[in-house]
Amino acid sequence: MKPAPFVHHAPRTVGEAAAVLAQVGHDGKVLAGGQSLVPILNMRLASPAHLVDINGVEGLDGIDVSDEAVRVGALARHAALARSEDAYAALPLLRQATLNVAHPAIRNRGTTVGSIAHADPAGEMPAVLALCDGVVEAVSARGRREIGWQDFFAGPLETTLQADELAVAVRFGRFPTGTRTAFRESARRHGDYALAGVGVMVTVADGVVTAARASFVSVTDVPSVLDLGPVLAGTEASSESWGAAVDSAAAAVRDHVQPESDIHATSDYRRMLVGELTRRVLVESVTAAEGDRR
Amino acid sequence: MTDVEALHDVTVTVNGVRRTAAVPARRLLSDFLRHDLRLTGTHVGCEHGVCGACTVLVDGAPMRSCLMFAVSAQQHEITTVEGLGSAPDARVTPTGESLSPVQQAFAECHGLQCGFCTPGFLTTITAYLQENPTPTSEQAREAISGNLCRCTGYQNIVKSVLRAAEITAERRAEAEGDGETA
Ligand SMILES: Cc1cc2nc3c(=O)[nH]c(=O)nc-3n(C[C@H](O)[C@H](O)[C@H](O)COP(=O)(O)OP(=O)(O)OC[C@H]3O[C@@H](n4cnc5c(N)ncnc54)[C@H](O)[C@@H]3O)c2cc1C
Ligand code: FES
Ligand code: FES
Repeated sequence: MKPAPFVHHAPRTVGEAAAVLAQVGHDGKVLAGGQSLVPILNMRLASPAHLVDINGVEGLDGIDVSDEAVRVGALARHAALARSEDAYAALPLLRQATLNVAHPAIRNRGTTVGSIAHADPAGEMPAVLALCDGVVEAVSARGRREIGWQDFFAGPLETTLQADELAVAVRFGRFPTGTRTAFRESARRHGDYALAGVGVMVTVADGVVTAARASFVSVTDVPSVLDLGPVLAGTEASSESWGAAVDSAAAAVRDHVQPESDIHATSDYRRMLVGELTRRVLVESVTAAEGDRR
Repeated sequence: MTDVEALHDVTVTVNGVRRTAAVPARRLLSDFLRHDLRLTGTHVGCEHGVCGACTVLVDGAPMRSCLMFAVSAQQHEITTVEGLGSAPDARVTPTGESLSPVQQAFAECHGLQCGFCTPGFLTTITAYLQENPTPTSEQAREAISGNLCRCTGYQNIVKSVLRAAEITAERRAEAEGDGETA
């Protein structure tokens, strides 16, 4: 099908974009990569009267690494984030996860910020933002504000971003030295939305785990981080007790998630799957150098 | 809507030629190519990004033309399947068509049956081989995982990717050889 008619706005600056959004309010939608929005328009699941196309806005495609965070601008495409060597060196998790987002042709156009603004429970990047204790930077004609991930995701496909606000960037927080990460998901075909997925960070000091957290794809309504410190901290990563600790972590994850059943998989299957994936990413994160495995 | 939709003059470079048409904002790039520019080589299957039949190269990178508006393609360079045969490494066959290495490989390996999905595979693989000129068979499979084909069962498309890599290398060696003797 084809989209319903709309008025196309092509602002050149963030200020212009904010002004248009203020004017069109709830009748408007931001168009970034369009890889989620255009299917919705084509199927006429939505028919906003105005589209604010930000693809021509100057200065939004940056990927900047600081000591604290990797800041990704609203026009940085998934493919650019996956390719960025600086971002990979600072936070390997970003590439590990982004390579699981859709297929290359979708990643060439879709944006990381758009996928966070879309807040699909099956999206990888909302889960990664949560695991990295990330922040969304929003701009409107009323001013600028920062929204921590806990306050950002309000429900499936729902955020606390207001209709007149543009997310100009997100910041993924970097982990302490000695932290390794890994990300894995299971999909019917590589690149499809995952049946279940999990990302972990594990901080190890002198061979002993000091902190560990996990975050999930497709098995929770909104991004949700589980602290695995209580089951893993104090364990020597190469010792015999590591295996048992990993089993307890997988059990904790199975208890934590609330998967739903749909035509692709039952709730029980997803729960089993995410437990097994947790086991694998934990083992991978402490064995592979810097969890350097996709 | 009662009023007539506003039209936008959209100018893009398609296969090296600047083309302009006046279209409504909601015109998908796929329909712009097919209906307004009469380039019907780009096929439309699902219109939600899943099948890959509509894949074109935007500034060299494969993208879904069904998920882009023509107005957003303003001033960009588009390559469609019609443009592949005029690549520098295309060669004229005995039957008179000019085929790029990927097209030649599809013909040799029976990489197509009905041909509906083929334009999307050809553009996707053309861009992929520029990034990875020597794929393994596993990588070839991965490279086409975003495109659907209802006919071939994919085996011959995987073979076509590998064969296209060979042909590309052969033609490059040939061109370099010519360069030396000339
Ligand atoms: C076939 C297919 C498979 C896919 N598979 C996956 C997958 O496996 N995993 C995955 O995570 N995603 C997947 N996607 C979606 C893809 O990752 C999208 O790129 C992403 O969800 C949205 O980013 P976008 O830039 O395309 O946003 P758009 O589609 O332009 O926008 C999406 C929504 O976010 C809003 N929005 C976007 N940017 C901003 C902003 N800066 N400020 C305020 N609001 C904004 C829009 O108004 C809209 O409501 C898939 C898409 C397709 C077509
Ligand atoms: S028609 Fe565009 S992906 Fe199917
Ligand atoms: S050849 Fe018929 S769909 Fe691929």
